[in-house]
Amino acid sequence: MSPGAPRGGRFDTRLEARRRAGIRFMWLCRLAVAFGVASLVVLLVSLAADGLPALSFEFLTSYPSRFPERAGIRSAILGSAWMLALVAVMSFPLGVGAALYLEEYAPTNRFTTLLKTNIANLASVPSIVYGILGLAVFVRFLALERSLLAGAATLSLLVLPIVNIAAREAIRAVPDSLREAAYALGATRWQAIRHHVLPAAMPGILSGTILGLSRAGGETAPLLIIGALTFIAFDPLSPMDPFTALPIQIFNWTTDPRGEFHALAAGAIVVLLGVLLMMNAAAILIRNRFER
Amino acid sequence: MAPEAVLETVGLGVRYGETRVIEDISLTIPKRRVVAFIGPSGCGKSTLLRCFNRMNDLVPTARVTGQVLFRGRDLYAPGVEPADVRRAIGMVFQKPNPFPKSIFENIAFGLRINGFQDDIGDRVEASLRAAALWDEVNHRLDADALGLSAGQQQRLCIARALAVEPEVLLMDEPASALDPIATGRMEDLIGELRGDYTIVIVTHNMQQAARISDDTAFLYMGELVEYKETQRLFTNPEDERTEAYITGRRG
Repeated sequence: MSPGAPRGGRFDTRLEARRRAGIRFMWLCRLAVAFGVASLVVLLVSLAADGLPALSFEFLTSYPSRFPERAGIRSAILGSAWMLALVAVMSFPLGVGAALYLEEYAPTNRFTTLLKTNIANLASVPSIVYGILGLAVFVRFLALERSLLAGAATLSLLVLPIVNIAAREAIRAVPDSLREAAYALGATRWQAIRHHVLPAAMPGILSGTILGLSRAGGETAPLLIIGALTFIAFDPLSPMDPFTALPIQIFNWTTDPRGEFHALAAGAIVVLLGVLLMMNAAAILIRNRFER
Repeated sequence: MAPEAVLETVGLGVRYGETRVIEDISLTIPKRRVVAFIGPSGCGKSTLLRCFNRMNDLVPTARVTGQVLFRGRDLYAPGVEPADVRRAIGMVFQKPNPFPKSIFENIAFGLRINGFQDDIGDRVEASLRAAALWDEVNHRLDADALGLSAGQQQRLCIARALAVEPEVLLMDEPASALDPIATGRMEDLIGELRGDYTIVIVTHNMQQAARISDDTAFLYMGELVEYKETQRLFTNPEDERTEAYITGRRG
């Protein structure tokens, strides 16, 4: 035995009390989960009760109408689809490109640190502010009018920080040993990125992008500001067409004094929620498929 | 007559930010010899090794001073393309780092990016044979490289490096993540490669250095203390720091 070994101290281990404290805490955590699950169940049940009766094939394929029994969400669905496709095309290359630059090329200095911090700030800017920016820049200054393109560009601004942050995290998570392996064989920076960093980061990038897109799909405020129309009785056929979108249609119907339209709003909410849930499920699926 | 020098450092120093890691190191690596770098953790042996293929470029805060000559040409001179340096001076890392692809693709990658003009399949086989891995994997070249054992993965990394025809092979503690049997195989492989390549190997294992190397350099706190034929260094160290280290004496 070493000379300084401590011996003979007294302990009051209070094992039973410690065990009980642990169980109490676990129940507190369970309660927190139960609260979240219960809210979700209440939301889904009440939505289904209000909205499911309104759902029908005609509801999905009809244009809006001032007669509730004939009104549908065809133009809103098409508008949202156009919008999400355009947002994806704009925000994915810009967001991922900027992420690659910041993580793989740019030196770490005060400027790039400032830049990264500010991108995080941009992600938390209220969406209505992006709406005002979109109105000033895209609708007025670039004279895109109240088109799908102006709406998609505005929502892209909103989604870009989200895509960028998700992509940067995914790129940072690629182990350096993989980069070193490529460089050690004589790969240039671009070859290492193209063949190893990007493929390894792609699941994270894709699921982050889909989460960003589902955020864009549910946004109402910025679209209202830039002047999405609420009554569109034709199919949008080009990015320069005026448009409506699901959240706009929902907003419009819920503000209608006539109660019949509230049921239609609930129906549209069920559709929107279904689409967003499917997009999130796709994000999870992509992540799981690539992560073994 | 002194053997031809492949690599030579002149007054080489490396700093990471404010920290000096190695200082004023001048040594030559003779052609087709196996040179071991030994020394306690943090003595700068890996940093020195990474100067030879400009791997320190990847550390943003690293600053290299002095010269590293490869066949008489300064690797850090302006206009030298690091990718070109790294093809001629291959590297194997401490932890096996195969690409998360098939065995075949692990070797084909280096060939493709460097514009290999001949048959890739032939070269993959030749590289695997040279790394003593062919017999174990020839029936499953399409299998995921990450499914190989650690020792096989490390030999795959050597095969991958050999495929692009390097003149020098840098090895950064290549057996430290391997069990004794895989370590033995790794040492056998280094024995087979000796004479065809110039090999610089960093190791914590002094018995290993004694077994596999022709020359040994002992580094201590960023300084090159002693560098001579392995046999002489281990039997007759001149510096008392070298003697203390190789005999396991501390303090």
